Amino acid sequence: MAEEILRLERVCKTYNVGLPSEVEVLHDIDLELGHGEFLALMGPSGSGKSTLLNIVGLLDRPTSGRLLIKGRDTGLLDDNELTHLRGHTIGFVFQHHLLISAFTARENIMMPMLADRGFPSAEIAARADHLLAEVGLERFGNNLANNMSGGQQQRVAVARALAMNPDLVLADEPTGNLDSKSADAVFELMRRVNRESGTSFLLVTHNLDLARRCDRIIEVVDGRIAH
Amino acid sequence: MNRWLPFEWIAAVRFLREGRLQTAFIIGGISIGVGVIVFMSAMLAGMEANFIKRVLTSQPQIQLLTPDQVARPLRNAAGEIEDAVVQRPSQRVISIDQWPKIRAQMLAMPEVTAVSPTITGSALAIRGDASRAVTLTGIEPDTYFNIVKVPDYIVAGSARLTSEDIIIGTELAKNLGATVGDKLNLQAASSANRVLTISGLVDFGNKGANQRVAFIALRTGQSLLGMIGGVTTIDMTIKDIYAAETIARRIQAATAVEADSWIATNAQFYTAVQAQIYTNTLIRVFVGLSVAFGIAAVLIVSVIQRSKEIGILRAMGTSRGQILRVFLLQGGLLGFVGSLFGATMGALALIYWHAVARQADGSEFFPLILERNLFIYTAVLATVTGLLAATAPAVRAAKLDPVVAIRG
Repeated sequence: MAEEILRLERVCKTYNVGLPSEVEVLHDIDLELGHGEFLALMGPSGSGKSTLLNIVGLLDRPTSGRLLIKGRDTGLLDDNELTHLRGHTIGFVFQHHLLISAFTARENIMMPMLADRGFPSAEIAARADHLLAEVGLERFGNNLANNMSGGQQQRVAVARALAMNPDLVLADEPTGNLDSKSADAVFELMRRVNRESGTSFLLVTHNLDLARRCDRIIEVVDGRIAH
Repeated sequence: MNRWLPFEWIAAVRFLREGRLQTAFIIGGISIGVGVIVFMSAMLAGMEANFIKRVLTSQPQIQLLTPDQVARPLRNAAGEIEDAVVQRPSQRVISIDQWPKIRAQMLAMPEVTAVSPTITGSALAIRGDASRAVTLTGIEPDTYFNIVKVPDYIVAGSARLTSEDIIIGTELAKNLGATVGDKLNLQAASSANRVLTISGLVDFGNKGANQRVAFIALRTGQSLLGMIGGVTTIDMTIKDIYAAETIARRIQAATAVEADSWIATNAQFYTAVQAQIYTNTLIRVFVGLSVAFGIAAVLIVSVIQRSKEIGILRAMGTSRGQILRVFLLQGGLLGFVGSLFGATMGALALIYWHAVARQADGSEFFPLILERNLFIYTAVLATVTGLLAATAPAVRAAKLDPVVAIRG
């Protein structure tokens, strides 16, 4: 396997620990993801895919087990260090686009860089323009998010996920709300970025056709990796 | 995007701009609150200044008098009293003992701005068949006019006061049928007699005072009242008028004279002024609180509305501190912009009210006092109130769990 980006060792996640409603969502998950790998994560609803994605994305912490990102044990990091690591290493694409409606497409792409550096700059603006061109939306840079179609918004979301040049992009059903043509375009965009820049992708999807076009498929059933 | 503006500022302004209607309504609410504070503060400050001016420019702020003459019970030996019941003696008009020394002492006090010895007593003003009892006040014009602004109340003639002149109240002049330039015969209780020329008429805005008041030169007063070289009171003004009572008590403890402050001699007026100050403060506090709660309510709604966006910002690497500052800034901005509109509204309302509201005699109801400091303090106060009001929503936003926020 190529250089390792992500490693999960016996990761468990339990909600409501100690309460009658305690529920273990993930059981002893072991997973590795190499540099430049495009992995599809499948499984029925409620199987723990999103929980796994949140843990990998450093938005949630595992109850037990270890999560290593580029060899760093994230269990040893505090909230600020996790935020910094997340901002510099991981990009997110969500099912519901989640662009910030107060900003234009270009400004949405600039946001992660702006949050990191504090002030806008010509370099940040140029990077946003470059990414807009990459996703084929250079003419829509000044459009507010709400004035774009679902497919366009999702392409902006992909561009935003790539803004910080992350090693890993986590995509939670990014094509789930799109028609088949737009879904195909968004998937191809991510695949192209993966091939050209070597960015690793972890794609949660219910679409078997798309999953088959990935490098590897992992199935999660009842909180365990099935195969 | 302006390259000089930080991320938090850009996000705060955009969030406020996007929720235009919400922002406009809360700025309207803040403006009304700030407008009320500016209007009331400026108007009450003007009215207070007017009252204080009326009262304190027509009387001294502290007056030193001879202490009451008391008779003590005769004692034969320790614990043995000859006469237990002692009749209060009649109070003779006597001079303050060693008054030049006391005056020098008073002038040496840093809180004191002016000191003037005076002599007061009763006399009969006679003109032809008419006669009226008057309160004679013998003064040194140079120093006394710094304490009681007699020249400001002159309605006819001038405030000239040589040893041959007298300044009397308008009502007294009317009763005696006299005017400026006329002679007036003054007769003291001791039968001493002096004819003086009316140099000016004063109107203190009080009929009783205008019927009795009569100012003459100190030496003329001393000779008429049979107290050569003596004075009955020492009048003073001080820097802080509200410290008058404290200073008076200190003087009384340190000297052998009785010290009366304007606060003690005008207790009802002082209480009214204080009540007005308290009421004004209370109104300002409650208006400020309602403005603060308005800002907090709007921002809490904004945090709820934007929870997904806050979640995505956190996922993108925005720290809790940055989220906190985005919402604090919104509170501060709302307060500041609201204070600008509010201060303008308050000032315009004040100018209009000043032009419309008139007293019975047509004079202004209150002086128009629009100090720059009032606007600066109000802007600072409104901005700080906005920041404080935004604290709870900002902390809530910063604490949002991104997983829960994104899931909605």
